Amino acid sequence: MTKKPIQFKLNGADKAVFVDEGQNLLDVLRRGVGDLSPKYGCAQGTCGACTVLVDGEPYLSCLVLAQTMEGRQISTTAGLVVDGGVDPLQEAFMENFAAQCGFCTPGMLMAAKALLDRNPKPSREEVIEAISGNICRCTGYEPIINAILDAAGRGVGRRSA
Amino acid sequence: MTIYKGRGFACINYPIGMNLGGDPSQALVHSNPDGKFSVALSSIDLGQGMKSITRQIAAETLGVPVEDVYVDTADSDTGPHCMGSFASRGTHRVGNAVIQAAKEARAVMLEAAAEELEVNAADLETDGKGNIHVRGAPSRSITTAEASAAAQFKHGKTVAGRGIFLIPLSDVDPETGEMTPVSCYAHAALVVDVEVDDETGEVRVVQMNSAYEVGRALNPRLVEQQLVGGAWMGMSHALWETTEPYYPDRAHGPVDFNEYLMPGPGDIAPHDIAILERPAPDGPYGGKGPGEMCANPVLPAVANAVFNAVGVRVDELPITPEKVLRGIKANGGAQSQGTY
Repeated sequence: MTKKPIQFKLNGADKAVFVDEGQNLLDVLRRGVGDLSPKYGCAQGTCGACTVLVDGEPYLSCLVLAQTMEGRQISTTAGLVVDGGVDPLQEAFMENFAAQCGFCTPGMLMAAKALLDRNPKPSREEVIEAISGNICRCTGYEPIINAILDAAGRGVGRRSA
Repeated sequence: MTIYKGRGFACINYPIGMNLGGDPSQALVHSNPDGKFSVALSSIDLGQGMKSITRQIAAETLGVPVEDVYVDTADSDTGPHCMGSFASRGTHRVGNAVIQAAKEARAVMLEAAAEELEVNAADLETDGKGNIHVRGAPSRSITTAEASAAAQFKHGKTVAGRGIFLIPLSDVDPETGEMTPVSCYAHAALVVDVEVDDETGEVRVVQMNSAYEVGRALNPRLVEQQLVGGAWMGMSHALWETTEPYYPDRAHGPVDFNEYLMPGPGDIAPHDIAILERPAPDGPYGGKGPGEMCANPVLPAVANAVFNAVGVRVDELPITPEKVLRGIKANGGAQSQGTY
């Protein structure tokens, strides 16, 4: 197995890392560049805990070959921090008690961000559709849905790039 | 195709913890040099909020702000012994151990404060905001951080405490078989409304209403999360989840989230919960344990609701469309047991 160098932007910062041919993006983010915010859940694309944004679109990073990320822009929950404070979307999650064990939360946040960036005023049904690929085993779907609608009400989608 | 409506009811008396071997849990509390407190536990927070609850309990007992308490869990190599996180025992068992440990540590902290203020420790009280002052004379005060520092750097004392919860082992009466397996019960009643499709056999939970008596709700939002999430799990157990759909035949058993069925965000039923607080005499600040009981009554209530809707009594979980359809067919059609 040969290692290849790739470069990408992670939350706006340049990253360069050697990756194995079959290595997935989740592994490169967590072990290659040390961003532990995307979670390792099922490693087969069914739980959504590893969701990140690639050029603004939600991707299951465990199913993405890292080598295809050359030159791409990747956003993770770690990058939601703005000027040392939490993002309004995270604030909405906190205020709506939308986390219990918290393992699904980073994936939920990125799925929500992708939704609000393309649709700043989603309906309840559209929110449900957007997070339907993300499993919450503590089963706090209702507060999560409410938090995303709350964030939309605060104009989170409009202020995002 | 007809949609039949049904309503089912179930209630539960739920024992907190168990009595095998006395069900012990231990806690160690100590003050760090900065005057903040660490609580060492081997208990595990599975996401239900044990760290939050034990932090609240320790802060309340010590008389310090909750921000000044750090709970360190789940290191069974170096932490004190705990039976574990199961049987809804965390809040009750571990909480009691934390109270005992925190009381001991508080006593040392107050002794140190008394020496610094040159008063009797019995005359001191905490304000919960990080201050210790003489009862009736708030101006004569010292911070909890200063008291802890004085103990550790001047008096040569550890501000620390040990706590354990252990209930007396209950023997079985040889004549009657009677014993006291648990020390504390929580209670709940739950009503489930369903819609059953007589063509597909599909059951949809459309509404849940419940009342839970959980002792004192030490953290009301955590209790609510637990009850909402647990009811969803109960609904999931009743209608979806199984590892052996054709038990005892293991065929077609799911092996991953692709095949293991669970309701998703679009399958939530509205759930109105009334939380009744009757503080338990032996509970930490009256708390019991809403743990597992939040899922349990949902299963019989759903089964009863399905019977009410179409007259099919399914006694093997989960209540799949296949079982409902076979039942309807065996009865010669859906037989509603009356409207509510």
